[in-house]
Amino acid sequence: MSKTRRVTQLADPLLRGTLAAALSLGLSSTAGAEELRIGFIAPTTGIFAQIGKDMVDGFQLYLDQHGNKLGGADVKFIVEDEQGKPDTAVTKAKKLILQDKVHMFIGGLLASSGYAMAPVSTAEKTLYIASVPAADDLTQRQLSKYPYFIRTTWSSSQPHHPLGQWACDQGYKKVAAIAADYAFGYEVLGGFQKAFEDCGGKIIQKIWPPLGTKDFGPYIPTIKSDADAIFTLMVGPMSLQFPKQLRAAGIKKPIIGGGTSYDEFVLPFMGDEVIGDVSALMYSAALETPKNEAFVKTYRAKYGKVPSYYSEANYTTAQMIDEAVKQSGGKYPGAEPFIRTMLALKIDAVRGPVSFDDMRNPIENIYIKKVEKKTMFGYDKPELWNTVIKTYPNVSQFWTYGKEKFLAQPVYSRDFPPCKYCE
Amino acid sequence: MRETIKILSVVLLLVALLVVVPHSGSFVVLLTTRAMCFAILAMSVDLLLGFTGLPSLGQAAYFGVGAYLTAILATRYHIGLGWDFWLVAAAGVLLGASLAALFGLFALRATGVYFLMITLALGQCVWGLAYRWNSLTGGDNGINVGSRPNFGLDLTDDRTLFFLVFGFFAASLAALYVLVRSPFGRSLEGIRERELRMQILGYDTWLHKYLAFVIAGAFGGLAGVLWAHINGHVSPETVVLTTSVDALLMVVLGGAGTLVGGAIGAGIVFALREYLSTLVPWWQYVLGGVYVLTILYLPTGLMGIPAQIRQFRAANGKPGRPGEMKTLASAPS
Amino acid sequence: MGAQFWVVQAFNGISYGALLFLVGSGLSLIFGVMRIVNLAHGAYFLWGGYIALSVIGATGSWALSLPAAALAVAAIGIAMERLFLRSEGFARLRTALIAAGLGVLGALAFAARWGAAAGGSLSVLVLLAVACAAIAYFLLARIPVLAIETDVLRQVLLTVGFAFLFQQAALDIWGGNNMDINPPSEMTASVVVGGLYFPLYRVFMIGMAIVIGALLWLVMEKTRMGAAVRATVDDAQMARGVGIDTNRVSMFIFALGAFLAALGGVIGGAFLGIYPGLDFEILPLAFAVVIIGGMGSLGGAAIGSLAVGLADNFGKALFPEVSYFTLYAPMVLILAVKPTGLFGRE
Repeated sequence: MSKTRRVTQLADPLLRGTLAAALSLGLSSTAGAEELRIGFIAPTTGIFAQIGKDMVDGFQLYLDQHGNKLGGADVKFIVEDEQGKPDTAVTKAKKLILQDKVHMFIGGLLASSGYAMAPVSTAEKTLYIASVPAADDLTQRQLSKYPYFIRTTWSSSQPHHPLGQWACDQGYKKVAAIAADYAFGYEVLGGFQKAFEDCGGKIIQKIWPPLGTKDFGPYIPTIKSDADAIFTLMVGPMSLQFPKQLRAAGIKKPIIGGGTSYDEFVLPFMGDEVIGDVSALMYSAALETPKNEAFVKTYRAKYGKVPSYYSEANYTTAQMIDEAVKQSGGKYPGAEPFIRTMLALKIDAVRGPVSFDDMRNPIENIYIKKVEKKTMFGYDKPELWNTVIKTYPNVSQFWTYGKEKFLAQPVYSRDFPPCKYCE
Repeated sequence: MRETIKILSVVLLLVALLVVVPHSGSFVVLLTTRAMCFAILAMSVDLLLGFTGLPSLGQAAYFGVGAYLTAILATRYHIGLGWDFWLVAAAGVLLGASLAALFGLFALRATGVYFLMITLALGQCVWGLAYRWNSLTGGDNGINVGSRPNFGLDLTDDRTLFFLVFGFFAASLAALYVLVRSPFGRSLEGIRERELRMQILGYDTWLHKYLAFVIAGAFGGLAGVLWAHINGHVSPETVVLTTSVDALLMVVLGGAGTLVGGAIGAGIVFALREYLSTLVPWWQYVLGGVYVLTILYLPTGLMGIPAQIRQFRAANGKPGRPGEMKTLASAPS
Repeated sequence: MGAQFWVVQAFNGISYGALLFLVGSGLSLIFGVMRIVNLAHGAYFLWGGYIALSVIGATGSWALSLPAAALAVAAIGIAMERLFLRSEGFARLRTALIAAGLGVLGALAFAARWGAAAGGSLSVLVLLAVACAAIAYFLLARIPVLAIETDVLRQVLLTVGFAFLFQQAALDIWGGNNMDINPPSEMTASVVVGGLYFPLYRVFMIGMAIVIGALLWLVMEKTRMGAAVRATVDDAQMARGVGIDTNRVSMFIFALGAFLAALGGVIGGAFLGIYPGLDFEILPLAFAVVIIGGMGSLGGAAIGSLAVGLADNFGKALFPEVSYFTLYAPMVLILAVKPTGLFGRE
């Protein structure tokens, strides 16, 4: 890191000199180099503190690797704690805008935080980049309310459409689903169900354990025995406990998981019973590309853990801002031009190639991953990794349905798509 | 005489608030508006805790229904964004009161810590409903209250909203003050001290407690209506257990049984949660520490400091007189 | 819904109830003796799990972590009870502890504001912390602390404050990842009876609850301390009148309650996981046990935990629509009908 610092310090006087010259031509500015003030809202205390840390670390890593500059502008990176509460997120967003005069604010964790902060961006005409909140409608049916909003990660149903297709291709005909009983669960399962049933599959059961369930005792015995596979959407501690309890109950059916069921945030704490379980997301730490290998190794060396998608999402967001500011001539051109620039970007990110659709959501690779125990990237201990077994390129939030047709259907909910084949 | 001084100082503080805050930074205006809204909730908790002796851990329920009512009416039926805002406010008050009327029938069967637990359970039921009733409440995504009301006064401007919330806050404070100074309020204090005696004296203590509970619910609903517009977003997080605990905390910090104490406590808790948290990462320890210290050393809260100093001086100022028996003065006079 | 379904669900419900017994019995006894609802009980559960993780990390022995974590948290419980829930006795130690805490915060505040000026030197900060602590001690020692034993509500609110502090401290010490306790692999297998799978770990949970329950019963029925406890639960004033040192009984019970909660945390840690927020998630469950079983009654706690475990399990299996209410609605109804709990005596 110090090496990069020194290199950029050499380049700095050059940059400063150029800018100083530009300034002396009468352009108004108070500092030497352009300053980009970025507000970052993440839970740094409370029950989601570790996820918040991952979010900040991901963004910070990119800053550290680029001399704390994005697109040539010096970054003032202000992190505020939203404590895992959407109400606090709103206050902090306003504080960043009104008091710190940030050019843009990034982050939020929960879907509700995303929904709470989007109107703030509209009211204050400040760019809000949602780098984690995955709620579908933020970039679908609700988008028109939020002209200063862009998402750089994924929408809840986005990775699960291709997963449904993949499930058909494996020959699964009947799938029993068990998903956390909240909006994220509905949208994930909804995406899977739509694609799976459109290619001939049947969802024969939907079980909705409340968010935070850790004892699946009541639910596991009710899983239909004629299912070919079980689809699960688990988050946090649920992800850890469900596979253990399912296998201990003697059920050997294959598991198809939603993105958060086996992501790198929970995987290091899982046991060998999850080997062979499949899930889908736009990122896997086991992605065998040079870019990802470098990212994983640097991140792990610095922060002591394998990066999760929370880290990658924010790292790539920093990369996108870097590129967009560069294309804007090294300074922030205002929210609307900046969004237009971002939408035109084609980034080679750690997760693969990323571009944007006209609803301001990324178009990216979706990886179908399988848990395997192996050594990777030169680490000497065999560990659990999400090996990529299939890549679906250029997946948008609308899958193959086309924007109009997709938006015409209601947002995925507990009752949509309806469970036609549930007895 | 002491009473007049207290009233005057409160009025002075209110005027200071009204004059100083709008000229401070936008963020200060924002924080104060939010704190004042919660202060209304805290004062309703004080009515129950400080004056009636009922520790309720479920007041967030009434706050929540007021907020959800406002959000649903605004987004689904487009009601409440013009002059009908006042109708919605009244509806919020009524709804809060009605829910309290229903819950009170269950809750008031218990006293003391049992009351604590049953109100906790009732509050959690409302939370569960907010979570599960997706079609109505939007589930965990919550509801975005798109725009603020405009009835001649455009509340989109933060400062205008500040004045409106201030108005409600001052009015609530005044109304509650009149209430606790009335014979009804005095009977509540009597019930807090010794319910049995009040019953012997012929008071229908259950009815008194019930009315207090309903009134607290009404104010909670009002605070909720305001919150929906201040925050712009309502979600189950608004009705979560920690909101009720926070309200109790605010009252204990400021001083139970003083009304104003709840408002002061709200200011402190908000300053810590939403301001100190922007400065340092260890603010939770400050919050917990302030709380523990207040309970240990300032059981009558911050408002009780003058009385405590007086007692302290009286006990230590005259040698040869043994320290007075320090009883927990529930309402500093 | 064949017989298989009912057998498995009953087994699941009973095993869940076993865990709840560990958490709830401590809370029930604490309430029975001291009349306070220890809202930091969930934090004891959480810390039990976290300390067990540290012990396992350091020694590799899961079996050792059980008593180690339970005893450590019992010690914390005693400290909390002696120092903060009583105003006499250890007043100086308490003041010193608080002053030390304030000193640290003062130094941190200084570092946050003028850290650059101090050059980030650790010794300067330590000196500052000591200075702040000394000033704080001087000031605090002068303020009389009102007798806290007499005010139940104050004690309850104090436990809330501690719950928050414990939660933040756990986050700072162990981080915020969702962790899992891994028992020896022999225990992760399942016993197959009649085509039904019975996870050995659940059997272990039931076994532990029975053993602990039996031990508790022996202590309560057959020892003098137990008799003292039962007397205090029945009528504290009478007990004092007869010469029982209710002070010591309180200490013993609080330590026992913390011990049981922590044990629950270690055992539950392999079943529920250990993560931030677990403390406030387990608290309502402990409440439910105490409410249904009655405060202060061990037998009541056993029945209560069984009832909650089975009701919650069957409720979720048969009526999944009302999953969020299977716990709270019955609580409300029971409390409304019998405010001291189903088996409570008042």
